[in-house]
Amino acid sequence: MTVTEERPTGEVGRARLRKEDARLITGQTNWTDNISVPGLLHLALLRSPSAHAKITSIDVEAAKARPGVIAVFTGKDFAEEQGSIPCAWTVTPDMVNPGHPSLAVDEVKHAGEAVAVVVARDKSAAQDALEHIDVDYDTLPVVLDMEAAVADGADKVHANTEGNRSYSFVFESGAAGTGGSTDEAFNDAEVVVSRRFIQQRLIPAFMEPRSTVVQPVGEGFTMWTATQIPHILRVMLSLTLGIPEHKMRVIAPDVGGGFGGKLQVTPEEFICALVSRRLGKPVKYTESRSESLMTAHHGRDQIQYIDIAAKRDGTVTGLKVRLLADMGAYLRLLTPVVPVIGAFVFPAIYKFPAYRFQCDGVFTNKAPTDAYRGAGRPEATFGIERIMDELAAELDMDPMELRRKNWITHEEFPFTTVVGMVYDSGNYEAATDKALQMMGWDALRAEQKQRRQSNDPVQLGLGISTFTEMCGLAPSRVVGSLGAAAGGWEQASVRMLPTGMVEVVTGASPHGQGHVTSFSQIVADQLGVPFEHVGVVHGDTSSSHKGLDTYGSRSLVVGGIALVKAAEKVVEKAKRVAAHLLEASEDDLDFKDGSFSVRGTPDSKLSIQEIAFATFSGHNLPDGMEPSLDSDATFDPENFSFPHGTHLCATEVDTETGSVRIRKYVCVDDIGEVINPMIVEGQVHGGLAQGIAQALYEEAVYDEDGNLTTGSFVDYLVPSALDLPYFDTDRTTTAATSNPLGVKGVGEAGTIASTPAVVNAVLDAVRHKGVTDILMPMTPERVWRAIHESSDGGERAAEGSIAYSATSDAEESAL
Amino acid sequence: MIPAAFDYVRPSSVDEAVQALGGGGDIKLLAGGQSFIPVMRLRLAAPDTVVDLGRVDELRGIREDGDAIVIGAMTTHADVLKNALVREHAELITKATETIADRQVRHRGTFGGALAHADPAGDLPAVALALDAEMVIAGSGGRRTVPAAEFFLDYLTTAVGEDEVLVEVRVPKLGAGWGSHYEKFNRVAQAWSIVGVAAAVQLDGDTIAQARVALTNMSSVPVRASAVEQALTGGPASAEAVEAAAAHANEGTNPTSDLNAKADYRGHLAQVLTKRAVLAAAGRN
Repeated sequence: MTVTEERPTGEVGRARLRKEDARLITGQTNWTDNISVPGLLHLALLRSPSAHAKITSIDVEAAKARPGVIAVFTGKDFAEEQGSIPCAWTVTPDMVNPGHPSLAVDEVKHAGEAVAVVVARDKSAAQDALEHIDVDYDTLPVVLDMEAAVADGADKVHANTEGNRSYSFVFESGAAGTGGSTDEAFNDAEVVVSRRFIQQRLIPAFMEPRSTVVQPVGEGFTMWTATQIPHILRVMLSLTLGIPEHKMRVIAPDVGGGFGGKLQVTPEEFICALVSRRLGKPVKYTESRSESLMTAHHGRDQIQYIDIAAKRDGTVTGLKVRLLADMGAYLRLLTPVVPVIGAFVFPAIYKFPAYRFQCDGVFTNKAPTDAYRGAGRPEATFGIERIMDELAAELDMDPMELRRKNWITHEEFPFTTVVGMVYDSGNYEAATDKALQMMGWDALRAEQKQRRQSNDPVQLGLGISTFTEMCGLAPSRVVGSLGAAAGGWEQASVRMLPTGMVEVVTGASPHGQGHVTSFSQIVADQLGVPFEHVGVVHGDTSSSHKGLDTYGSRSLVVGGIALVKAAEKVVEKAKRVAAHLLEASEDDLDFKDGSFSVRGTPDSKLSIQEIAFATFSGHNLPDGMEPSLDSDATFDPENFSFPHGTHLCATEVDTETGSVRIRKYVCVDDIGEVINPMIVEGQVHGGLAQGIAQALYEEAVYDEDGNLTTGSFVDYLVPSALDLPYFDTDRTTTAATSNPLGVKGVGEAGTIASTPAVVNAVLDAVRHKGVTDILMPMTPERVWRAIHESSDGGERAAEGSIAYSATSDAEESAL
Repeated sequence: MIPAAFDYVRPSSVDEAVQALGGGGDIKLLAGGQSFIPVMRLRLAAPDTVVDLGRVDELRGIREDGDAIVIGAMTTHADVLKNALVREHAELITKATETIADRQVRHRGTFGGALAHADPAGDLPAVALALDAEMVIAGSGGRRTVPAAEFFLDYLTTAVGEDEVLVEVRVPKLGAGWGSHYEKFNRVAQAWSIVGVAAAVQLDGDTIAQARVALTNMSSVPVRASAVEQALTGGPASAEAVEAAAAHANEGTNPTSDLNAKADYRGHLAQVLTKRAVLAAAGRN
């Protein structure tokens, strides 16, 4: 860690050890799968081995007769009652949503879809009984390749839709009035570079598998579940299953990671609720890792056709983007909107005068996609940072020089982009200068030149990603105008307990981020109480009654601000009591370090913790004042926040084997003000690991029948610390102007930024050998083939894999 | 995942284990369980009976026996790594064992289990082959010894019969002047080998007096790279000569294609890695 800090005087800015950790790392945890209630029954799901088939018959009698089995249900048993897994974002008015059963009724649309559920007294009995269910399938043609899926006459995933397109979302800056005509820009262009990039399919691979327990309680239900979104889930369960919202309690206990993968309303949660309601018994379902990899939603999976127009001097004049985005078989909670977020991110830090974006959502017979760390921004950042390098190569220009020529300078903020986003603040020059210096850029360039001249078998490459993103989801009015079913506010309560302790309630439900620690730091400073005196309540809809949960780097930027607002209200109320007790005017009181004092008579003071007890006793309060300091606030941001940074990567490419080693990785992130630098550092490290993993290691591969080939961690390669380099991290700080803490969010930045830095570095190492693209993940075999067969390595996979084939040089332009 | 139900037997001697194997039905031996238990949990195997060798003390330990060292089949990888005899007389085993999976696996997984499982991507079979190890196998009729060259029969198949137990492995000591190296190629540190090369060479000055080279994951069984050995023997330990010899590494192999590598790439890797392994074994890297 290379961060240097000025020693902060308050809690904010201190690298506090996390309050959560002692408990989490000593096993005193409360995972959903640890939860047991009297009479608990266990579920096991029979999953389809076929990617697309009609279910012609299911015989469950033998399974029902097994020892310990209470019941076996199929989709037909819940056909009407189960409704559809909800999709909360209608990205175009004509978006096609074919509906998503939790248990397949007549047809299965992807391998791993649940077709029957066994309810048994223990998990083994449930698992054993699965083998005694007899299902007949009539297989149907499998749709896997998006380009084939949108061609005329293609086989269809859903018989009841016109084709395999769910929607076509279009933005054009000329038409929107936010910029010039894209067609004109390209007609007048001196240089146009067109590329087709692939964002491979990824699996979120959270550490704790998904698990759900449902217990009937009177007329209602309590659900414990490994989710990022207990509040949204409660609403969706109520709306879909008709359980009155006030009789549905959802609890997210300790949740072991999510990365967007638990930002979902899952078929398994619905099945648990349906079975519990049908039997009137408590039930539990915990998935196996194999089930998790196969059926928990996947991420990414786009084909990107990108055209960039520029003048010969490098000034960019236009950008056209067309995406084919794989929805998978069904639309889940946010499936359609994830790629559409790219519309607002592709222009990035550059001053494009004209821009067109089109995204077609495409159905295939694969697991549904949805949010995965970054959700739409990593894809867009990859596309723009890759095409900038390609343009630089075309113009024979230094890639950093090209970026400098086109980026928004720090004097130009606030800046309205070609897509109408208002970037409130930033300083790309400062972050870049610092990163270049930390990298030792010039020395590495010199070494690269030397290695090329000596034809060293190990070639060196340097890659850049000067990224920005939009996070802090989200201004309710903005997301409402884009088709979201809900808003983006967040709720907080600050309660002064009689003993002077502070209980904070947040609607942002954590799953590993350290909310309890960061939020304690914020409130400790706001109220002037010790860090240790603040407790944080979260993740239970009965105690944290209102919230929109955790995703999109929003918890601090939205939820944290709600806390500040609530704390301010507490101070205002306390001030009234203080004035009364100190027999002074409120106007004459100062509030500092947790105490109110009368200006000019410093000995006359009362701490807010003393006032808390005085308020609790209620013996002597101002006339008409309620005996409570407790306060709520609901904060709805007016804008997104825009973290940015410069990430630099040096890779060594072994041209004999194709293997890639990251020699040095430097990132300088500007995430605004920082609450806890250690938590920030952890977020950056984890984010980098996942972004680098996309570049080098991870890919969900299906075979030609639509079976997930990478169905275990033997084949789906999640890197460990042994595979990753030392990270040289630092920060610049340009405070956000859109919120009182000046914070921007950091949960996803590392993932968003790092992938193109690595890919650009690898290409920079071998571009002189005629290589212009290598598919991700850049496996040794792909890199080797790219060097020795002048391909992008796309043909590397074994027969039967549908890993995307090599492309001819961008034969299809964006539009 | 939960394995299908099975009967469980835990013998305390090799004789008891052999006896248990005669019990009828589908019986499998459990050593360290690092491959077998996942396979059972995925229900890719559902034996009637599991015979757990974990309490057979006589199967553990490493001893010296004349010109050989003898490694008990149930000796864990972690114990192999710590052992001075192995490091002194068969350092190739130490070097290969260091690359196996992760610390947790090395503390459960066993030397004999890895050989008896005979995964073509496992590292130790090629090492045993390169070192001309001998496997001692116990059955109801007594004990027999099978050389490594005759031990690995096919994918996941060895000379150990259904009613037999691999007891120990005799590894001839390498004498003076020998150096060794295991060159493993994989995509992430804890993964199986895409290709691995086990090499041991004896130098006489700058000349390679003897060479042993065996390949991991270049066929359904480990492969002795005899053509490479012949080309190396008597030649100089120079980069050029070794590279020329390593060009024969692909001869007699039959690699598969999978997500990590098609067969032709594996063939290429075998050559590059053989060159590197031999040069490293000769101290020339």
